[in-house]
Amino acid sequence: MSVAQLVKSFTLWEFLKAHALTLKYFFKPKATINYPFEKNPLSPRFRGEHALRRYPNGEERCIACKLCEAVCPAQAITIEAEPRNDGSRRTTRYDIDMTKCIFCGFCQEACPVDAIVEGPNLEYSTETREELLYDKAKLLANGDKWERALAANLEADAPYR
Amino acid sequence: MTAFFQNLGMSYEWAWAIATICGILLIALPLMLGVAMIIYADRKIWAAMALRRGPNVVGPFGLLQSFADGLKVFLQETIVPSAANKGIFLIAPIVTFTVALLAWAVIPFNSGAVLADINVGLLYVLAISSLGVYGTVMAGWASNSKYPFFSAMRASAQMISYEVSIGFILICVVLWANSFNLNEIVLAQKGAGLGFVNGFWFNILLFPMWVMFLISGMAETGRAPFDLTEAESELVAGFQTEYSSMSFALYWLGEYANVLLMCALNATLFFGGWLPPFEIPFLYWVPGFVWLLLKILFFFFIFSWVKATVPRYRYDQLMRLGWKVFLPVSLGFVVLVSGWLMFTRYGA
Repeated sequence: MSVAQLVKSFTLWEFLKAHALTLKYFFKPKATINYPFEKNPLSPRFRGEHALRRYPNGEERCIACKLCEAVCPAQAITIEAEPRNDGSRRTTRYDIDMTKCIFCGFCQEACPVDAIVEGPNLEYSTETREELLYDKAKLLANGDKWERALAANLEADAPYR
Repeated sequence: MTAFFQNLGMSYEWAWAIATICGILLIALPLMLGVAMIIYADRKIWAAMALRRGPNVVGPFGLLQSFADGLKVFLQETIVPSAANKGIFLIAPIVTFTVALLAWAVIPFNSGAVLADINVGLLYVLAISSLGVYGTVMAGWASNSKYPFFSAMRASAQMISYEVSIGFILICVVLWANSFNLNEIVLAQKGAGLGFVNGFWFNILLFPMWVMFLISGMAETGRAPFDLTEAESELVAGFQTEYSSMSFALYWLGEYANVLLMCALNATLFFGGWLPPFEIPFLYWVPGFVWLLLKILFFFFIFSWVKATVPRYRYDQLMRLGWKVFLPVSLGFVVLVSGWLMFTRYGA
C-alpha cells in the first residue's frame, strides 16, 4: 500500500465523498410518486383489464368469430356460440380466465370488430381467485363502464395501426 | 426523587424503591416510544437518500407506521419450530431486549439525572453490552437450524471482536476524564476543547478515537455496513430466521434500543452528553436532556446515513478491520493518550 493510499484509507476519504453524495441526494426531490393518490400517465396502448364493447345502439360487437380464442397463447379465452332468435350469430358464453391471461393483447389485435379490448384499468385485484374468472356479463359490464376511455384510446392509437 | 417520596411520609426503603421504579418507567417508556419513532426515522432517512418517500400513509406523514407494524406483529402467531429448544428459543429475544434496556440505567440525562449513579458506570456499560451476545447465541442455538446457527456464531464473533477495540477506546476516554462515572465524564468535557467546545471530540488525540468508536458501535449493534450476519434480503435475517410475531419484534426493538444506546454513548463520551455543544451561557437555558436528545438524534442520523451509503462488508474484511486495524490503532492510542497525559497533566 502506497503512502497516498494509506492516508486516503485512514482519513476515510472515499467514505466521506460517498456520504457527501448521499447527503446531496437526501435533499433532492423524490423520484417516486405517491401511488394511490398520484398516478403516472398511461399510454393509449396500455393493456390492462379486458372489456367487451357495444355499438352505440347497444348491440354487442362480438360476432363469435372465435379468432381471439384461437390466437390466445395462454388459452385463457373460452367461447361458445349459437344463432340468436333474430338469426344473428352471437356468443352464449365468453369467458376469460384472468389468472391465465398474459396481457399480450393478441385478442385485441385479432378482433375484426374491436369488440374485445384491453382497457386502461389496472386496479382490479380481488380477494378470491374465482372473482378473476371473468364471464360475458362481467366483460360487457366492463365495456359499459370504460367505454369512453376505451373509445378515446382506440381513436388515439388508430393513426399508428 | 427519593426525598420527595420520603416527604410523603414513607420510610426510606419504600421511598427508594418507588423512586427507582418511577425512574425506570421514566426511562423505559419514552425509550420504547423513541425506538418506535426512530425506526420510522430510519426508514424515512434511508428512503430519502434513495429518492423514495418512505412510510407516509399511516397517520400524519406516516408517523404511526411503527405502531401499525407493532400491532400487526402482535396479532400474529408465535411459531416455535418443532425441533427448537422451546424454553431457550423463547427466552433469547427477551434477553436481547432486556439487555438493550439495562445499559440505559447509567446514562446521565441531566446534571445528576441518572438512574444508577455508580462510579464504575462505563465498566457496567461494557459488561452489559457483552451480555448482549447471549441473546444472539441462544437464538441461533435454540433454533436448531443450521443457518441461524452459523449466523449466530458469526454475529457473536463480530460483536466480541469489536468489543475489544471499544474497550481500548473507552480506556482513552476514562484516562482523559479521570473517572469511570458517566456523569463525571460529561462534566470533565466542560470546555475540554480550548475552553469553548464541550466535548472530547475537539481534541487531536481523541477525535480519531471517536471515529473508531462510531464505526465499532455500528459493528457492535450489527448495523449496516456490518449487518452481514443479518442481511435481511439474502439470509432472511440470519439468526432470527426462525422467529416470528412478538419474539421477532423484541429483536427488532432490542436492536434499535441498542442503536440508540450507542448514539447516547457517542454523545455522552465524546460530545459532552447533556452539556450544550458550546460553552456559551445562554445555551444553558435549554435543559440538559434536550441537548442529549438532539445529540442522540444527530448520531442516529449518522447511523442511518451510513446505512444508506455504504455497501456491506464481507466477513473477512470485517474481521480484518476489527483485529488488524482497529485493535492495533486503538492500542497505540491508549499508549499515546496515557503518555501525553503523563507529560502534560502529571509531569514526567
